[in-house]
Amino acid sequence: METEGAGKGERTALLLLGCPEVPVQMGIALYLAGRLEKDGVRVTMAGNPSVIQLARVSDPDRHYVKKVMNLEKAMADLIERRIHPDLVVAFAHNDAGIAYAATVRHVFPSRLCLIIFGREAEELAKLAEFDCEKIVERAVHNPGQLKKKIDGVFGWAASRS
Amino acid sequence: MGCIEELKYEVVLSQASFKECREYVKEHFAERYEVEPGFRIFESYIIGLPPIFVGVEGDMVVFPYTKPCHGTFLLRIESPEEVGRLRSMKQKKR
Repeated sequence: METEGAGKGERTALLLLGCPEVPVQMGIALYLAGRLEKDGVRVTMAGNPSVIQLARVSDPDRHYVKKVMNLEKAMADLIERRIHPDLVVAFAHNDAGIAYAATVRHVFPSRLCLIIFGREAEELAKLAEFDCEKIVERAVHNPGQLKKKIDGVFGWAASRS
Repeated sequence: MGCIEELKYEVVLSQASFKECREYVKEHFAERYEVEPGFRIFESYIIGLPPIFVGVEGDMVVFPYTKPCHGTFLLRIESPEEVGRLRSMKQKKR
């Protein structure tokens, strides 16, 4: 992603978070950010002001999340092709989350991973008919099963961490 | 997308699904335009699943506006400029 702080040739990822009302989202986002950073990927987490506050309060020393960004600014930058991450991970637990991911798919040609969670995960997944890697789990409070699926998709399944 | 919230707007549908907003525009606006996700309108970008319809009624534009926590709103804003821009697009009415 050609953004401030990313060196040339460095792999980058953008995490697009939805409304933070479902507890598993922030835990999974911090986990994903930490694992990707460990793999040498520079991560930017984008969300609304509450998401950004949650990230900063949960990770005050910035061990997991180095950079945060307003969701609307991230979307504008993707749409206008001002940023070019290698990977976008979109989180969706409601209709709006799917709409954001669909918009990303339309403007972003590279790898898009869509994490669909919450009580209506299966129904929401049916709306996401666009091309992306879907990880679907009816997780609300407990991120365990969702983490397992993410580990499988990102090749971390053998790791104990 | 704060710009839209500073404009004088009327809420046609509130906290709806994207599909509900699409169907409403299709049913209620004979003059409507299909736009792409990310279409720029009022210094903002339309977030949504295609097909996305924007309705026009006189000088009023009716379009979906999605917020992460509150779903999609269908907003009506008076703007001869945006109406003119939509009408000048090559995209045919659907």
